[in-house]
Amino acid sequence: MALTQSLDAPSLYFQSRTRWRPVEIAFWLATLLPFALFPDYLTLASQIAITALFALSLDLILGYAGIVSLGHAAFFGVGAYAAGLLSKYGWGEPLTGLIAAAVAAGIVGYATSFVICRFRHLALIMLTLGFGLMLEELANSAGWLTGGFDGLQGIATWKLLGYFEFDLYGYVAYAYSLAVLFVLFVFARRLIHSPFGLSLRGIRENYVRMPAIGAPSRAHIRTIYTISAAMAGIAGALLAQTTETLSLDSLGFERSAELLVILVLGGAGRLYGGLIGAVIYMVARDRFSGIEPQYWYFWIGVLLVTVVMFLPNGILGGLAKLAARWSRP
Amino acid sequence: MTAPALSTKGLAKRFGSLVVAEDIAIDLPAGVRYALIGPNGAGKTTLINLMTGMLRPDAGAIFLGEGDITALSPDERVRRGLVRTYQINSLFPHLTVLESVTLVVCERRRVAQTWWRQLTAYTHEIDEAYEILNALTLGPACHRVTRELPYGQQRLLEIALALATRPKVLLLDEPAAGVPREESKDLFAAIAGLSRDITVLFIEHDMDLVFRFASRVIVMVGGRVLTEGTPAEIASDPRVRAVYLGKARHDGALQRSLSGLAP
Amino acid sequence: MLPPIFGVLFDGFAYGMLLFLLSVGQSVTLGMMNFINLAHCSFAMLGGYVTVALMTRYGWPFFATLPCAFIAAAVVSVGFERTLYRRLYRASDLDQVLLTIGIVFISVAVAAYVFGTEQKPLPLPEYLRSSLTFLGLRFAIYRLIMIAIALMITALLVLTVEYTRFGAKVRAAVDNERMARGLGIDVDRTFAVTFALGSGLAGLGGALAIEIVGLDPSFALTYLVYVLIVVSVGGLGSITGSFVAAALLGISDVAGKYYVPAIGAFLIYLVMIVLLMWRPRGLFGRR
Repeated sequence: MALTQSLDAPSLYFQSRTRWRPVEIAFWLATLLPFALFPDYLTLASQIAITALFALSLDLILGYAGIVSLGHAAFFGVGAYAAGLLSKYGWGEPLTGLIAAAVAAGIVGYATSFVICRFRHLALIMLTLGFGLMLEELANSAGWLTGGFDGLQGIATWKLLGYFEFDLYGYVAYAYSLAVLFVLFVFARRLIHSPFGLSLRGIRENYVRMPAIGAPSRAHIRTIYTISAAMAGIAGALLAQTTETLSLDSLGFERSAELLVILVLGGAGRLYGGLIGAVIYMVARDRFSGIEPQYWYFWIGVLLVTVVMFLPNGILGGLAKLAARWSRP
Repeated sequence: MTAPALSTKGLAKRFGSLVVAEDIAIDLPAGVRYALIGPNGAGKTTLINLMTGMLRPDAGAIFLGEGDITALSPDERVRRGLVRTYQINSLFPHLTVLESVTLVVCERRRVAQTWWRQLTAYTHEIDEAYEILNALTLGPACHRVTRELPYGQQRLLEIALALATRPKVLLLDEPAAGVPREESKDLFAAIAGLSRDITVLFIEHDMDLVFRFASRVIVMVGGRVLTEGTPAEIASDPRVRAVYLGKARHDGALQRSLSGLAP
Repeated sequence: MLPPIFGVLFDGFAYGMLLFLLSVGQSVTLGMMNFINLAHCSFAMLGGYVTVALMTRYGWPFFATLPCAFIAAAVVSVGFERTLYRRLYRASDLDQVLLTIGIVFISVAVAAYVFGTEQKPLPLPEYLRSSLTFLGLRFAIYRLIMIAIALMITALLVLTVEYTRFGAKVRAAVDNERMARGLGIDVDRTFAVTFALGSGLAGLGGALAIEIVGLDPSFALTYLVYVLIVVSVGGLGSITGSFVAAALLGISDVAGKYYVPAIGAFLIYLVMIVLLMWRPRGLFGRR
């Protein structure tokens, strides 16, 4: 492929990456299909959208900055409980609930980021695990606040924008979740294609080299970790608001591990990986909801082993490889 | 008298009972090309690690110009103009060549913190990156992914990354290491073409390069500075020959050069 | 009359010895090849179930099952190492984490299928269930024996590592893998043997754990966390580190639950986080 040497060429490359591709537009149009084609499954669809947002938040730190986190559910839970408690104690307005959740989760993320940014490899994994488990224990002990095993009672979400009532069929819930997902997705997409996004990829590609080129990698990691935490918090708040129930397993280790599976299944570092993974995982889980939990985990285990051995970059990675092979003459 | 571009005073480092650096005192005047030579294990890379802040010294101080940088973090030192390249390429495998250099330029210009504007808007940075690449003959390859580049071009990219930080002092760790003869022409041209504003210290085993590019040579042995001088002085120094003669079989070029310059 | 704190220390130390047996293999193999094996406690669980099966279905005496638990875990782990793990030695942290979590999930499911999800009690002989009274405190015989076994094994490990050729190879490989290879040491073979031994010890630990903490399919995940804490706090590749960290963790856990039961496991995680922040490479780690 010949490249002109004019100075226009370099920027064009970046432009071509930033432009929305047809397949992306098709994807987002497809997300509207459930309204028409699967009206009985709108509750599931809204769960998928929420999980997709959660996975997207993990992709920002895992796929783009290389932080393997085994405790991301902590932020999901903080956001969920923030919105839930706010609603329980009298303020059920959804959008401000989201903001409260983002702030709460963001603060926790910001605080822990100071520790997280200083470590890599096993110590980092352990710290994320440790923080997640600590929060789980705290939430467990603070049953008076969180409702303990029974879960949080009394969440009542007000009308969206003062007009749309959350209906039993899930129309408003799905529209709400999808809209929030889309807005935050566009935000994430812009972030990835900004100079900050390029630095994150640098951190992922070669962490050791970053200080040697004058990059304040720790500051970058703190920023993205906080943003990711806030986003996970918003996802949690969406869950609390749309289902009006909340229990401790929203912030448990199983949730964090499950999220990792979802993201890796779709392919980390590709923005859409988490979304694709969420769709496949949640649909599969719905299909097989009759099975005993341990058998479900058996197949997840097999899936993980298979993905790691044969499809290391997830489904999107595999597709990208196929596409590359086809386009070569 | 202006302060040297880079100087160290009494730098020392040990790992347990292993002394890797002892009483290193070096002054590099601005713009001069220095070569740092010595047998394997002499502590040359350790010295670079100490200078760049990857290792903390047990004693001594490092000055960049007037300023004491001993306590500064590695990225702070880079921002002040002290930059290194690596003996084994340390690049960004999945980024394209242009993306890699643009990354460095953006970090230098402090725009890497912004996450609301798209990269496409930063034409100054992209153009600057492209110019650096062009000067190093990497222009046509700028959209190739780093891991697909031939080794010689990766070595050039290694230098490009360093140059993109606009260094005042550049530390090159065996720039020609591993580059096959056919690909080294561009590399040598790049080193020769380094601006006179930059003070360069390079570690090398290839004596051809040392004699071609260095105006002064520092010899290190066993963690200490043995001696310092012009290439001719070093070549005829009996102590240097003693240090190297034990490895005559490996440093044939040095042998030949030494014997060629001996009185 | 001894104050109850000695009882707490004793129980805590015993628990710590159990954690040591479970963790030491993981620490050394991580230090050697940097391979994050989250399925380590699945091998421990296997050892536990082997003991349960041999005792309840075939009536074996308890101590006779222990070598079998060790061997079974060692053999199975080698099977995994040869087929799956060795392809991922150079892979990213994430891939190693995912592969081994996958194996954990599979093992938990298989255990639940074969043995059911309830805890299995062991039909131990009476003398093992009794305790010794000393200066007013009761010390469980079982825990005494467990401490004895653990200390014997520690001594064996230290002697092997310090005084045998194999031990020298292990130390070299942990210290500087590339250099060790360059010196002609067959690091892969050394690693395979170390891995088998470590997993065998975990299996032994799993068998011994049944009486102390109970055995059910979730063992593989629950104790994984403790093992990881011991390994990261103790320092990769260090037997001493694992010993100290395990003892520290065991005592903290028992003391925490005894004196401040409301806090529960929170204390352990906090201690781990603080220790890791102070010493990211672990108390006795290098690199």
